[in-house]
Amino acid sequence: MAASLATPAHPDPAWRGRVSATLIGLLLLWPMLAASEFKPWLLFDPQSLAAAGHFLRDFLRPETNAEFLALVLRETWQTVAIATAGLSLALLGAIPATMVISESLSISRLGTGRMHPVAALVRQLLRWVLVLLRSVPELVWALLFVRIAGLGPTAGVLAIALAYSGMLAKVYAEILESSDAHALDSLLANGSGRIPGLLYGALPESSAELVSYTVYRWECAIRGSAVMGFVGAGGLGQRMEESTKMMAGGEVSTMLIMFVLLVALADLVSKLLRRRLG
Amino acid sequence: MTPQRPPPPPRATGTLVLLAALAALVVASFASLPLQWSAFLAPEALGSAAEFLAGFTPPETGQAFLMKTAGALWETLAMSLVGTLLAVIGGMLLALPAAGRLGLALRGVTRVLLNILRSIPELVWAALLLVAAGLGPFAGTLALAAHTSGVLGRLFADALENVEPLPEASLRSNGATPTAAFLYATLPQALPQMLSYTLYRWENNIRAAAVLGVVGAGGLGQMLKYHLSLFQMQSAATVVIAMLLLVAAVDALSFALRRVLTR
Repeated sequence: MAASLATPAHPDPAWRGRVSATLIGLLLLWPMLAASEFKPWLLFDPQSLAAAGHFLRDFLRPETNAEFLALVLRETWQTVAIATAGLSLALLGAIPATMVISESLSISRLGTGRMHPVAALVRQLLRWVLVLLRSVPELVWALLFVRIAGLGPTAGVLAIALAYSGMLAKVYAEILESSDAHALDSLLANGSGRIPGLLYGALPESSAELVSYTVYRWECAIRGSAVMGFVGAGGLGQRMEESTKMMAGGEVSTMLIMFVLLVALADLVSKLLRRRLG
Repeated sequence: MTPQRPPPPPRATGTLVLLAALAALVVASFASLPLQWSAFLAPEALGSAAEFLAGFTPPETGQAFLMKTAGALWETLAMSLVGTLLAVIGGMLLALPAAGRLGLALRGVTRVLLNILRSIPELVWAALLLVAAGLGPFAGTLALAAHTSGVLGRLFADALENVEPLPEASLRSNGATPTAAFLYATLPQALPQMLSYTLYRWENNIRAAAVLGVVGAGGLGQMLKYHLSLFQMQSAATVVIAMLLLVAAVDALSFALRRVLTR
């Protein structure tokens, strides 16, 4: 007590460590700031300030003329349709792929616990294809398909179909493999085929989980398809990009509101569906 | 005596209606979209698609181009890190009112603001911020910061609200200032959770930063868009490979980190 009164120490005993850690952090941050061209003062450059101010002022008056609203509604539906169509196509790819890669459906592993080498090879190859499909971001798929199919929803549908079939197949297989395999194993061991085994042994165990993941992915696909429009893949995003380019703040504002409502609605529907089916 | 069979499970008409509605949604989607199947399924289209794909090989591997790609990779990483740091600052500033520390009214208002920030995706933020910040990585950084502030602000606020209130109360009743009580009692309790949220968002942001550039906001995405629009497919292939490597590296690192931290 007396000692601490004699030499008034800093109230925080760890202050030296904190200060030096902060300094080192800032030092390491410097090249990052340079690389990301972090120049906040550019925002206050009178020219860009005027442009942004104009844009923002328009933003406060969302465009509400009936014709434009009808257009926005049409584009919103297109966004939902792209997501739904893309996800349906993704399921067409993902379900067969799941049946091939999921190890719990392997017949050769029964008894010995070891898969036939050819079967193992096929599984591994398909798994790599799926990894490739899902690691290329959906936006990049969209960009590529826009180059092939031109502007419009076809690119969006195909991008979602490819990226999501990789994701869905992987997660479906994981769900099937992690659920209780007792029923499936007895069916397979008693001579049932793989498809009856899947339908009567595996699906009853994990259908709820499969459905709820699919619905969640549908919600993600809606968000994704709106965003993909920015590279020209149709729907709300494409209009938003065009209006932003034309600096039509009011139109962008209406579409943003619509977008937020759409995402909230998809969120709600997905929650309801999952509670209902899950 | 024949054993009594259990009654069959009730038929859920609601579920049937739901399934029919889903089927109708799928049919309506395909019917209403102007899809160009012919562009893909016709034999000559398949040929041209194959030609298109063949155009990507071999990826461009010139020394100068690889250096440029590495530069864009670094730019992407920098965008994600600076964006996440800005978001930590922004999220913290918004989390204090959103955790109800400055009154209930302000809590509601900030939560709405956080929801808005969060529900607009990074890419849309980037497209909007291009107007103010111009083409380049700065717009992308700000876009990441805006979206992530919304996410982190919400998570931080929840973390702060769930912290044990007694330590702060006892510091306060012993005469510590409100700031000191917060910094030395509440913050240290929430800090580990906040740190793990931040790392998780950083991981997400690296992935997002890689593609953000397709609207012109810097990094690998901008390079990809540039080369694709000039139909320089081999260069584009290199950029896509760089993206895949970046994402794979982030995945591997986060997997390893989680393994170490949860062991």
